[in-house]
Amino acid sequence: MSTYRFAKSSDLPALLAFFAKENRVLVPVVKQAVKPSVVFAPWKEGMDFTLDKPTVPAKEAVLPPSETLVTYEKTRNPEEPDKFLLHLDDTPEATPTVVFGCRACDARGYATLDRPFLNGLYKDPYYAARRNSLTVVTLTCNSGCNTCFCHWVGGGPSSPEGSDILMTELGDGYVLQAVSEKGKAVLEASPLADGQDREKEVMETRKAAWATLSKKPDLSFAPDRVLARFTDTDFWKKETERCLSCGACTYFCPSCYCFNITDEGSGMGKPGRRIRSWDNCMSSLFTREASGHNPRAAKAERMRQRVTHKFATYPENWGAFSCMGCGRCISNCPARIDIRQIVLDAIALGEKE
Amino acid sequence: MPVLEGKELRIVAFLCNWCSYGGADTAGVARATQPTDLRIIRVPCSGRIDPLFVLRALLNGADGVLISGCHPNDCHYSAGNFYARRRLEVLKQFLPILGIDDRRFEYTWVSASEGQRWQQVVTSFTQRIHELGPAPRLEDAEPLLEMADMALKPLRPLGTGQKAPLDELKACIKSKIKDLDVVIGWQQGYDAAHTVPLFMRTEEDVDRLVWGPFNVNNPATYVNEMIGKAVPLDKVKKIGVVVKGCDSRSIVEMLQEKLIDKDNIVLFALPCEGTFDMARIDRELGRYSKIDKVEYDEAGVTITADGTPHRFCITDYAQGKCYNCSMPLAKDADDIFGTAPEITGTPSTPPELAMLDAMTLEQRFSFWKGEMDRCLRCYACRNACPLCVCKDYCIAETREPHFISQEWNVREKIYFQYIHAMHLAGRCTLCGECQRACPVGIPILALRQQLVRIIGQLFDYKSGMDSTATPPLLCYKVEETNIKQREL
Ligand code: SF4
Ligand code: SF4
Ligand code: SF4
Ligand code: SF4
Ligand code: SF4
Repeated sequence: MSTYRFAKSSDLPALLAFFAKENRVLVPVVKQAVKPSVVFAPWKEGMDFTLDKPTVPAKEAVLPPSETLVTYEKTRNPEEPDKFLLHLDDTPEATPTVVFGCRACDARGYATLDRPFLNGLYKDPYYAARRNSLTVVTLTCNSGCNTCFCHWVGGGPSSPEGSDILMTELGDGYVLQAVSEKGKAVLEASPLADGQDREKEVMETRKAAWATLSKKPDLSFAPDRVLARFTDTDFWKKETERCLSCGACTYFCPSCYCFNITDEGSGMGKPGRRIRSWDNCMSSLFTREASGHNPRAAKAERMRQRVTHKFATYPENWGAFSCMGCGRCISNCPARIDIRQIVLDAIALGEKE
Repeated sequence: MPVLEGKELRIVAFLCNWCSYGGADTAGVARATQPTDLRIIRVPCSGRIDPLFVLRALLNGADGVLISGCHPNDCHYSAGNFYARRRLEVLKQFLPILGIDDRRFEYTWVSASEGQRWQQVVTSFTQRIHELGPAPRLEDAEPLLEMADMALKPLRPLGTGQKAPLDELKACIKSKIKDLDVVIGWQQGYDAAHTVPLFMRTEEDVDRLVWGPFNVNNPATYVNEMIGKAVPLDKVKKIGVVVKGCDSRSIVEMLQEKLIDKDNIVLFALPCEGTFDMARIDRELGRYSKIDKVEYDEAGVTITADGTPHRFCITDYAQGKCYNCSMPLAKDADDIFGTAPEITGTPSTPPELAMLDAMTLEQRFSFWKGEMDRCLRCYACRNACPLCVCKDYCIAETREPHFISQEWNVREKIYFQYIHAMHLAGRCTLCGECQRACPVGIPILALRQQLVRIIGQLFDYKSGMDSTATPPLLCYKVEETNIKQREL
């Protein structure tokens, strides 16, 4: 039996304060602008926050846009002045963190990142340190929207995958349900009132959300059909024609995880840093080799990589799509490229053949 | 130090090898007393100094930057300092919009024999910087967010373009399509309230062409990758582009810069009555799951989303640039349908720029700190720009040279905006695509608007209007009409 707690809107700041006692709490905040956006920021007492869908997912909690992997410093060896001593520090940086108010697609993003970073041949210690100290409080969606399609790709507006606590908005407040051991412990220690009696309402609200979603196509053939298009250059050219090769689709994606590693500073005089920062497969520079040769020189080849990775090769390796259907690559794309359409086109073409 | 009392400040000086470095040397040999705040970087010519060096120095904590080269007419490469003068004057006038006091930057001329003059230049510039004190640091600024007021008056009535002779245009494109590899236009996107670029190759494709206020994308963005002279890949021979007036300016600018050949491109034009600011439309629509229908009338559209109608009058919801638009019908197009409306009145200051104009230097500094904080470095702004033609080799991402650190801070993020703005100085047509593309709505257009204003005032020039004109930073005058040399 799940643990349930109930919070009125006015109880939320106290809940955040409770989390903040031992954690950095990332909450969605509105950045007012002619085109407003919702981004995660560390919560401070008295700060305004929102529960609108974030424009930028809280991927930074486990995979920061830029992090120092190693600091290095070279100093002269006082014993042998013509030799150097090298000092290295590669301790992972990890602050205990609560992500509050992400959506089910974002939380599933964490589960998607966990596989390559934690379950592969090598475990990434930096990722692991942050992931282990992360608590995810997810707001279930009461309705779908024009660009999202979580239910096509194995999720749904209240999917618990990747979350510790699911929070559902009812008319008079929020019900929080523990969906992991960690979530249960946190809820039990929290100052919130019991919410067990609201379980039925919660389940009905979540069910009603499904009714607002777009019609779900059958994507079970997607991995084969997308892969079958691999050598069909014309297909990718056509689908990619309006792409600008920026990186918005990947930087706003909860499950894209390509990175670059740069050494900055010589380490002489002051410490140098080896930095891991986000990179993206849509950029031409991403695959350009030292020789100048670029195996993915055309934007169509890069789009093929993005879509194939999410709908064919990641599923082949890990048994699930690595697209969460959050729709951010569609809504944030300056050319409104629609990944749904690309996958559907690949499926339809395969059907014809 | 006898000349100036108090703590040393950080002043970076870029000196040309032939004159000013020699001048500094002469001063040194003559044992002329000078302040010691200066850190000199020797460069071959003042023409070698990229304004971005100055901006980098200022961002990284320099309290002042001084540039000195050979006197006009004395350049050892004959014209390096003439080009430098234009660039550096533009830079100087650009600084205040960033929240940087322009007195912290100066450029001047000192010859190799003018040891005394060098002494005086250094002393007076150093004195000036000491009077200003240490420069404010971005790290210490309080973030500030502010919103531009978009309530604007158009120079002519805006509309929805539904009476434009679209069918005639379609017939014309159909008659020419066999001779063209592709024609770029717009088609409906994932719903009736969004369009996406359309690439036409067959007559059926032409039937999908739409015209109206949702045609926001600038099709010129695709031109360079298709016919750009410097692009090695996948090039085609001849393309057609359907253009709004503003789109045509991007293409004319490309012709001016000889990035493309006129022989490779045909322009089709209809009179534009304004396009929507989709950011404000989307904000108004909020979260919805489906657009049921879009109905047009002369003054606007009614979008019904999830059963609720929302009315958008184009006069209230147009893109900022449309209010000031003086060329809604491309005058240089090959096939023009319809007539241009009469334009009355004079353009007003663009809204983002007007907002910054009203701020103090300190507020502007805080503003950029507040706004750039959420930048994700996705570079959608760069890639959406039709004139950012070297984006695949952008110095923002190369390691050699390593212009931008991979560290995550506002300083590095805004430096890219400086790069983009400076690289577009004298070229930008204010098409607005950079800002439209930004997924987190950073009003980066303001920087371009300021540059366009400076270029207009200094060189009486507007980019993308005349395919035979030389962009102002690619040429010079021996006697500049509007550049007033300041004494140091
Ligand atoms: S955001 Fe859109 S335009 Fe940019 S790379 Fe992705 S698909 Fe292409
Ligand atoms: S690929 Fe697009 S829809 Fe899928 S998870 Fe990433 S951003 Fe969301
Ligand atoms: S700037 Fe002029 S031509 Fe361009 S969209 Fe606006 S009204 Fe049309
Ligand atoms: S800088 Fe911005 S406004 Fe200027 S041409 Fe490029 S995209 Fe257009
Ligand atoms: S589009 Fe916006 S978020 Fe992306 S790099 Fe440009 S300013 Fe930053």
